[in-house]
Amino acid sequence: MTLSIFLIVSAALFSIGLLAALSRRHAIFILIGIEMMLAAANINFIAFWRFTATPTQPIGVMVAIFAIAIAAAEAAVGLAMVIAVYRHFRSTNVDQLNQLKG
Amino acid sequence: MSVGAVDQVFIYFKQWLLSFLSGHAPDWAIQIASSLINIAAVLGVFLTLFALISVLERKILGRMQNRYGPNRVGPFGLLQPVADGIKMLIKEDVVPLRADKLIHFLAPVLIAAAAILSLGVIPYGRNMTPFVIDGGILFFFAVGSATELMVFMAGWGSNNKYSMLGAMRAIAQMISYELPLIITILPVVMIVGSLNPDRIVAAQRYYYFGFAPHWFVLTPWGFTAFILFFVSGLVESNRTPFDVPEGESEIVAGHMTEYSGFKYATFFMAEYLGMFAVSGLAVTLFLGGWHAPLPWLKFIPSYVWFFLKLSILLFVYIWLRGTLPRTRVDQVMNFAWKFMLPMAFTCVISAAVWHYAGHRLAAWFWSAVVIVAVYFTLSIFLETKKKFAPRTYRFAE
Amino acid sequence: MSAVAFVIISILTLSAALAAATNPKLMHAALSFAVMFVGISAFFFLLGAEFVGLVQIFVYIGAVAVLIVFTILLTRHDQEKTRGFNWSGVVISIAVFAGLVWAILGTKSLSVAPGRFAFVSVRRIGELLMINYAWPLLCVGVLLTAALIGALILVMEDKRE
Repeated sequence: MTLSIFLIVSAALFSIGLLAALSRRHAIFILIGIEMMLAAANINFIAFWRFTATPTQPIGVMVAIFAIAIAAAEAAVGLAMVIAVYRHFRSTNVDQLNQLKG
Repeated sequence: MSVGAVDQVFIYFKQWLLSFLSGHAPDWAIQIASSLINIAAVLGVFLTLFALISVLERKILGRMQNRYGPNRVGPFGLLQPVADGIKMLIKEDVVPLRADKLIHFLAPVLIAAAAILSLGVIPYGRNMTPFVIDGGILFFFAVGSATELMVFMAGWGSNNKYSMLGAMRAIAQMISYELPLIITILPVVMIVGSLNPDRIVAAQRYYYFGFAPHWFVLTPWGFTAFILFFVSGLVESNRTPFDVPEGESEIVAGHMTEYSGFKYATFFMAEYLGMFAVSGLAVTLFLGGWHAPLPWLKFIPSYVWFFLKLSILLFVYIWLRGTLPRTRVDQVMNFAWKFMLPMAFTCVISAAVWHYAGHRLAAWFWSAVVIVAVYFTLSIFLETKKKFAPRTYRFAE
Repeated sequence: MSAVAFVIISILTLSAALAAATNPKLMHAALSFAVMFVGISAFFFLLGAEFVGLVQIFVYIGAVAVLIVFTILLTRHDQEKTRGFNWSGVVISIAVFAGLVWAILGTKSLSVAPGRFAFVSVRRIGELLMINYAWPLLCVGVLLTAALIGALILVMEDKRE
């Protein structure tokens, strides 16, 4: 159980989140991808804390707790924006939100 | 004799069972076997209790409504759950054509799983907590909050507008009352200083003047917090007077409309197990867990006290169901956000006042003053006094 | 820390994440997103941070997943038209993953065994939050209040016409 294997798993999770954020057209899925990336970063924090720092100071735990709180706030505001955009454009397809283009 | 052999009889039984394995099995196998015995015990006890309560509830409701409950099947109708179980098992399992098969199947399973998981951290007797987790109370609420998603799955997977409506009402209600549920336990956690249910029970083992127990329900903030927690538990388990999601006269059966046979029985079981879990937690946090109320009654085993207190709370649940009519949805929401949440925060402040005033008689007085002052201020602000004006009839003079 | 548990949890998490990222049906993807968070929380338990794992279940599955499911429900106008999977996204994510794995495997100091473990109790986390990390706690409180009010204003309908 080395640190590298945990980091590889969280890198895989991060790239799957990137895949969701880049290749989906529904606005909510982009948000799901972003949440996945944040969760992968949390795993990184806790893994580094557990393996290399002196585990008597729970620094990684603190950062992870604050990161979870901030991610939840960001998800709430993002979803509120998706609902507001839907009310205006009647569509959640991000390809159709191109009024400022060109 | 405070720790008798009768008190620990289940622990000795489990150790006798494990002694068959301890000679010739690796460590992890013994741990897994120990956990499995715990799980089997919890499931056995609570499923039997569920069967018993389902018939007792109907009999008690019947007596309150001046009629007999079910009394045909066994002696005093006590074998009715067996008849109900056979009926549920042999019913045809109807799944709507356009329902989402996977979600429709998984929803009752996961709701029952969440309810059973939350039963695992409650201390049922001395040394009788199935799983000792350091953040046990947080585990309980985390699993309980995962129930909301499952309710939504049940409502959406049925592809039925009544189910969807019932599921949305259920989730709105459960989310609104989750905040008072959690904030009312904050005073207890604050005073004890730990989220471990065993420590919380151990903090209530003292007796004042040799006879008054140190239960948290006997303090002003604890009493208010207990009532608020009990009401929030009523709402979280979708019981009358808050059973809007399963209002039988309005939206058929809410999110459980399209479920028949065994799946409906699973929903029913999950609701009752949720009720047991919340009552068990109320007993642990406020009513002293498995401690006896008077010091000379300690010869009665600890698990007897726990289940006695649990039965009293379940009786109050059934009593409320037989007495109160159903509230309206907007009344439920207003009650949560405008009354229960401020009162829950007041309990926290009152507990802090009680703690820093030094646990003497003056501490009781000042914390009660805080709660009563906020209660009357809230009543004036919410203008509830206007609703108690004398009735005037328009035509029947 | 057992290798068997690690393998099972990572298979569960990554397959649920893949299902969430690529499933064309909205609801199934949102629900496998919730399953993925159970897997991530199991990772936290495996690494010895139980409090963070419980907070993760509570916040993400109890709140964020419910939010996402509600939003999918409220914006169901074009629910089946999410076609057209963008393949360039796959290429970019595989490239990012390859780069990260090359960086991880190339760093010698990351192949360490777990250090000496001291149990972090909830009481210790509480003490740290209130004493050392009091300022970040208050800032996060302000941030959450601002997010709450902002989200409410964004979705409130104008009744002032």
